[in-house]
Order: sequence, then structure tokens, then C-alpha cells
Amino acid sequence: MAPAAVFVAVFTYYPMVAGSQMAFRNWNLTDLTDTSWVGWKNFRDVFTDPAWSTVLDNTLLWVVGSIVPQLVIGFAIALWLRRRFRLRGLYQALIFFPWAISGFLIGILFRWMFNSEFGVVNDLLQKAGIIDEPIAWLADPQTAMTAVLIANVWYGVTFFAIMILAALQSIPDELYEAAALDGAGKARTLFQITIPYIRTTLALTVLLRVIWIFNFPDLIFGMTGGGPNNETHIVTTWMIKITQQGDYGKASALGLLVVAILLVFAVFFLLATRERQTGKRGTRA
Amino acid sequence: MIGKETTAGRATKFTFLGLWLVFSLFPLYWITVTSLKAPGDIFTFPLAYWPERFSLENYQGLFGTADFGTYLVNSLVVATVAGVIATAISTLSAYVLARFEFRTKSALLMAALVTQMIPSFIALGPLYLLMSDLRLVDNRFGLILVYIAVCVPFCTVMLRGFFANIPDALEEAAMIDGLSRFGALVRVLLPVMRPGIVAAFIFNFVNCWNELFLSVTLMNSDGNKTVPTALNGFISSFNIDWGSMSAAAVLTILPTMVLFAFASRHIVQGLTSGAVKG
Repeated sequence: MAPAAVFVAVFTYYPMVAGSQMAFRNWNLTDLTDTSWVGWKNFRDVFTDPAWSTVLDNTLLWVVGSIVPQLVIGFAIALWLRRRFRLRGLYQALIFFPWAISGFLIGILFRWMFNSEFGVVNDLLQKAGIIDEPIAWLADPQTAMTAVLIANVWYGVTFFAIMILAALQSIPDELYEAAALDGAGKARTLFQITIPYIRTTLALTVLLRVIWIFNFPDLIFGMTGGGPNNETHIVTTWMIKITQQGDYGKASALGLLVVAILLVFAVFFLLATRERQTGKRGTRA
Repeated sequence: MIGKETTAGRATKFTFLGLWLVFSLFPLYWITVTSLKAPGDIFTFPLAYWPERFSLENYQGLFGTADFGTYLVNSLVVATVAGVIATAISTLSAYVLARFEFRTKSALLMAALVTQMIPSFIALGPLYLLMSDLRLVDNRFGLILVYIAVCVPFCTVMLRGFFANIPDALEEAAMIDGLSRFGALVRVLLPVMRPGIVAAFIFNFVNCWNELFLSVTLMNSDGNKTVPTALNGFISSFNIDWGSMSAAAVLTILPTMVLFAFASRHIVQGLTSGAVKG
């Protein structure tokens, strides 16, 4: 037990605490002679940076635009996988493969597929007659965002499918038998039995995924590097860029903002979902 | 069980599942095909969906001109050592958390969860300064220490779930038979836990193998680079050489896929048991 605590304390918590105080100091690797306290200056630098509003918009789009399709497709796959069929195990193992790949490499795979000249996406779309001319996907901010979202949906659906499938399998069959006796149709069964029963898992999975996706710069980093012209940066990729430029003060301020945003989100989300839950879980912290 | 399935329903289901499978595997297929084309053939029209001539030139280039062998060895060493140590530490912590009640327990669990919420790269700057004070920048040993710290929290929580599934009675019986608590852990519990522990190791190994931002920040000399850092270097140069890039990507992905194929069942179990049982 002790070694675990020591490792995490030294290499995770210490830098975090050190980073928190850096956020209020002038701390730039290009000139370390002046590390005086500067109050909220680093935060002002973040808010007045011309990139900030784009970064915020992108982050919101990135989180919502990834979560919603991941949840819907993942849910559908889980429902379809619930009934056993031949090779189901193999199917699950195969769609699990994207999970072995790092976000960074996924970015690279899709960067190549969305290549404007020799990319396979343009080739397929042209063959299907959907587009006439190749699209320079990653050179235009809007198509670039679409492309990174597609890559992230590709990656994240499996997680939802697995979590939801596990939850579905915990629903007792009797509930469905009773519903069938009462003449409930498919849609009613889904909304009145299935979804209420797995609500806790759904809420928890969504919460976890929002936090992970928010904190998931790897894919964008590999795919666009935040480009073109900083138009696809989300908060975390932008923070890494600022760190690499050596402005640790500003990066730390941004880091604290990330923590604050996630904390507020987590608290609101838990409160909102708990209200709708029955007493069983209401007492737990 | 869950109502009857109509033929149309089945058709929709398998069409959709089939499409998703194709979509899931296509990027992997495409990068592999690209890597096996002769370098010149990658940039010719019409795009070939199957290499006209198979060539290992891209792979040979990686080990000839780029020093990819060194990067692979670095990654292998760092991920294996960090993975083994992190798994060992986590196993013991998970055991303590699963079997004993003590006052700081919920605080410790909370601390572990917070590290999951706050990503490791948030404190990249301060971590770099700490490591340079310790003279551990650009040092494989230093990277291993950091990776252990990254792996331990989640791994502990995951393993705690596995321990909780094993009845106390198992060790109690062993202890009545004269084994010490530690003896019972090593001789009775660990063998039962083996699949879970192996899965936890694989999970750690793959995470370290794939990790980018910490290693980019901490490792700067060419001889110390890990594979993701090297790939990042391929991007930073203005024009990406997609021939060597695709070959490097395949070599990076392949080991993790093989490992995941072995362990996916247990990893799934580890991921889901926590959430479903609350």
C-alpha cells in the first residue's frame, strides 16, 4: 500500500500542487530569472488570447459531437449483441481492436485516410458518386472537425457497447416476460424497462466518457496537431502546445481551469442524475 | 428470452453489425496495405486496394535509415518494467483495500479516482522541472518511475474488483490450515487471481507502450526515444513520409493487438465489474 501512495504522491500529486502555484507566477522557460508572483495575470492571458473562444467552442463540439453518436451506436450494438449468436465472441473481440491503439496512432491512421490527395476517404466518396472533387478535409476547419469526430466515434463506440451490454445482461428475464404478457411493444419495453433499469450504468458511463473525452488530446494531436491555423485545438491540445512553448505559468492556469470545469460538471451531473434515481443509491457519496 | 425476433429484425441487425465491423477494421486494413506497397506505389492513381507488388521496403527503411530498432527496444523495456512493477504494487494495494477496513480507506480511493479525472499531462511543466531536479530527464529509469505512478491508481481499482469477487472463506480456510496471511495471499489467492493479474499487466503494458506526452516531454535524445515519441518526430518534419509512417504504425499496433486479443475478455470484465456493481 505504502509504495503505491508514495509513487502517486511524488509523481502525480506533487507536480499538480507545484503546477497550481505556477499558475500565479511568471514562469516561462525562455526566461527563468523572473519567477515573481503575478496574481491572476496568467488567467487573464488565457481569456484574452484570440484562440480562447475557438478553443472553447471546439471543446464543446468535441465532447458533445463524440458522446452522442458513441452512445447511440454503442447502445444499438449492445442491444443487438444481447441475444447469443454464433461467432458472437469473435465479433466482440474484433470490434474491441480499436481499443488497443493509442489515440495518437488513431489520429495518424485517420490523417492518412483523410489525406486530400491520396486519401482513401476521398477515393471511396468519389467512387460512390457522393463528391466530384477531392476534399481537402484537414485543411478546412469545419471538415477537419468533422474528420476528427468521425475518428473519435470509431474509437469510442466499443466502450459504450461493452458497458451497456454488461448492464443489459443484468436485467432479469422475468421483467421482459411480464412486459410481453402485458402486451407492451418493443419501443415501450425499451423505454419503460430497459433504459430505466440500466440508468445508473448509463449515467456513470456517460460521466466517465465526458471526462475522458475532455481530457483526450491524443487523437487531435496526431491527426491535425490543432491545425489548420489553431482551428481544431481543444482545451487540452492547446495546453500542451503552450507547455511546449515553455510558458508553464499560462499552461498551469489553463490546467487549473480544466480541473475546475470538470469538477463543476461532475458535481452537477451527479446531482442531476441522482435526483431521478430511486433511494437505493441516493445515500451513497 | 427477450421476445421473438422477426426475420426482418434479424436482417437489419446483422446488416448493421456487419457494417460496423467493416468500419471498425477498415482503418487497420488500410494502414497495413499501405505499408506493404512499394514506396512509389503509395502515391499513384487509381488507389490500389490490394498491393500490386508486395514490398517490405518501407519496413527495411525503418531499420536502416531510421533507428527504429532502438525505439522498439526502449519501448519494450520501459513498458515491461513499469508494467510489472505497477502490477505488483497495485496487487498488494488492491488486496489491502479489498480485505481490510481502515479510516483513510475512502480518502485513498478518492485520491485514486481524482488522478483518473485529472490527466497526467496537466502537470507536464512541473513534472519536467521535478525530474530535472532529480537528474532523471532523458533517462529510461525516470520514465519508468513516472509510468508506474500513472498506472497504479486505475490498476488498483481494477484489481480490487477482482479481489472482491473472491470469497474471504478461501483464505480463511488456508489460514486455518496453518498458512500466514501473506502465505495465504501468495499460495492461495494469487493463483486464483492469475487471469485478472495478467490482464492488469497487459493493460498497464499497453498504456505505457502507447504513452506519448510524458515521453515526448521527458526523453529528448534520439537513443532514448520510445516508439510514440519517434512517430511524433516523423510528423514534426514538414512532409510526412507515409511509407515509413504506415510501416511504423503497423509495428506499433501489432504487439498491442496480439496482447489485447489474449486479454480482452478479462479487461472487459475489469472495466465493467466496477461500473455495473457500483
